[in-house]
Amino acid sequence: MIQYLADGIVNAALIALGAIGLSMTYNVLRFANFAQGEILTAGAYFTLLVVTVLGAGIGTMGPIAFGWPLLVSMLVAIALTGAVVLVVDMLLFAPLRGRNASRITLIMAAFGVSLMGRNLVMLMTGGEPFYYDFYIPRAFALFPGFEVVPDDLAIVAIAGLAFALLFVLVNRTSMGRQMRAVAENPTLARVNGIDVRAVIRWTWIVGAALATVAGALLGHNTQLRPEMGFDLLLPMFAALILGGATNLYGTILGAVVIGLTEALAVAIGLSGYRAAVTFAVIVVFLLLRPQGLLGERE
Amino acid sequence: MAEALLAVHALEAGYNPSLPIVRGVSIEVREGEIVSVLGPNGAGKSTLLKAIAGLVRITAGRVLLDERDITGLDTHRLVRARVAYVPQTENVFARLSVEDNLALGALHNQDRFDTLRQRVVALFPDLERLRSLAAGKLSGGQRQMVALGRAMMADPRLLMLDEPSAGLSPRLTRQLLTQLTRVRDSGMTIVMVEQNARAALSISDRAYVLVDGREEIQGDAESLLGDPALGALYLGAAPGTRSR
Ligand SMILES: Nc1ncnc2c1ncn2[C@@H]1O[C@H](COP(=O)(O)OP(=O)(O)O)[C@@H](O)[C@H]1O
Ligand SMILES: [Mg+2]
Repeated sequence: MIQYLADGIVNAALIALGAIGLSMTYNVLRFANFAQGEILTAGAYFTLLVVTVLGAGIGTMGPIAFGWPLLVSMLVAIALTGAVVLVVDMLLFAPLRGRNASRITLIMAAFGVSLMGRNLVMLMTGGEPFYYDFYIPRAFALFPGFEVVPDDLAIVAIAGLAFALLFVLVNRTSMGRQMRAVAENPTLARVNGIDVRAVIRWTWIVGAALATVAGALLGHNTQLRPEMGFDLLLPMFAALILGGATNLYGTILGAVVIGLTEALAVAIGLSGYRAAVTFAVIVVFLLLRPQGLLGERE
Repeated sequence: MAEALLAVHALEAGYNPSLPIVRGVSIEVREGEIVSVLGPNGAGKSTLLKAIAGLVRITAGRVLLDERDITGLDTHRLVRARVAYVPQTENVFARLSVEDNLALGALHNQDRFDTLRQRVVALFPDLERLRSLAAGKLSGGQRQMVALGRAMMADPRLLMLDEPSAGLSPRLTRQLLTQLTRVRDSGMTIVMVEQNARAALSISDRAYVLVDGREEIQGDAESLLGDPALGALYLGAAPGTRSR
């Protein structure tokens, strides 16, 4: 049983990394970005592209089956994914915002991006799964009766580091303060001299960066598929809503609950019904606490 | 006559181009003055300030700041032009701490943050004690101090205040007005919209009275205080434009 806990935590870390972008666009740009999954997918494939171009494999770090080559590729992929996301915003979302498009219009546009993104990856890769490198997870006993895979520990550590950096950005930098200001009151933010367009750009970049990390780590842990990000969209939204949509830490906490719930579903033999079990948990929880874990009552 | 710091010429503005709310307003605010814009509810006072701040579309007329044309300026460039604006409602970042609110006010003055902050805290000492609280948790009077403090952190030459006394008790209103005269004495020029005409006039140099999107009366505060037409306006009567 406790073994599933480890899976749940890894799952939670990946969901959280992806869901933060969702949370940021939801709060700063005020719409539910249904293309968030494809940002994660793009990050994973861009990482593959750089790994391939570098031709140095993915390296190792002691018992961990990836090393600097994968991490460096991931960092380059962050820049590439960020650039693509900014271009999509410039060509699609910015003009819609300029025309005061309704939320539902923005959501439908994101849906279109999601669909096109998936098809594009399908077209370019032929739909075959890809791998960064040959990887067989080898568990070792952390203590008697509890085995962990070194790579899983590394994944959780990297996610933890990413959250720490995010915390510093949001709470200790001027841009972070500006993001929180725009999230709360865009008009007052402008009155205050905040260039909302710049804040929006950074919001996309930060969300895309964390999604790329999620995509690369998920790709390493499993495989690269055109739907890899889309399949995470539901758990990411679940984390966002469960956490209380306006609170970034709530989103991370929500991801932990979702990750563990899914692992629990697998543990009790309901792996085919993971999504249903997760939904049931969310529905029951939200009936008891409509504002989510850390959300404020409107 | 001294040069106007803010000069609004025949301004027309509104939320819908075919239905201007501000319909040809001209006002002037000179350096070091406190000028009030008075008038009944719905007269277009808030809309006038929003138009100057670039939040409402201007369809005709001009706004000059120290002779520089700032008509329809991007709102986020306003503080760089050294104009700070405190809206009537939602004028603090409620989820952010008092300190974060002040820090945001000084967005373009980070290097002078400490000096500017000292000036604000000297005026509103309570802010020091409240600094780590979320602004939304504060009382109306405290929140108004945060809003003013945030605006002052931009080190503006011109402060535009929309109903700073709204929701305050008479005692807090008097206190606030005293503080505003001190803000002015520290070198800022103030233009404020007020419902509370008598209180506003007590600290103003001059005032304009807006009715139905036009300025109906203007003059120095003292003579307006004794003007029966002012009382009539608040009761809905609309005498012709006068000047004194
Ligand atoms: N956001 C808005 N959209 C459309 N009309 C508005 C808006 N805000 C105010 N108005 C209208 O503009 C007129 C003037 O409002 P306002 O400038 O707020 O008056 P005041 O501040 O003098 O009370 C009112 O008739 C009001 O209904
Ligand atoms: Mg008003």
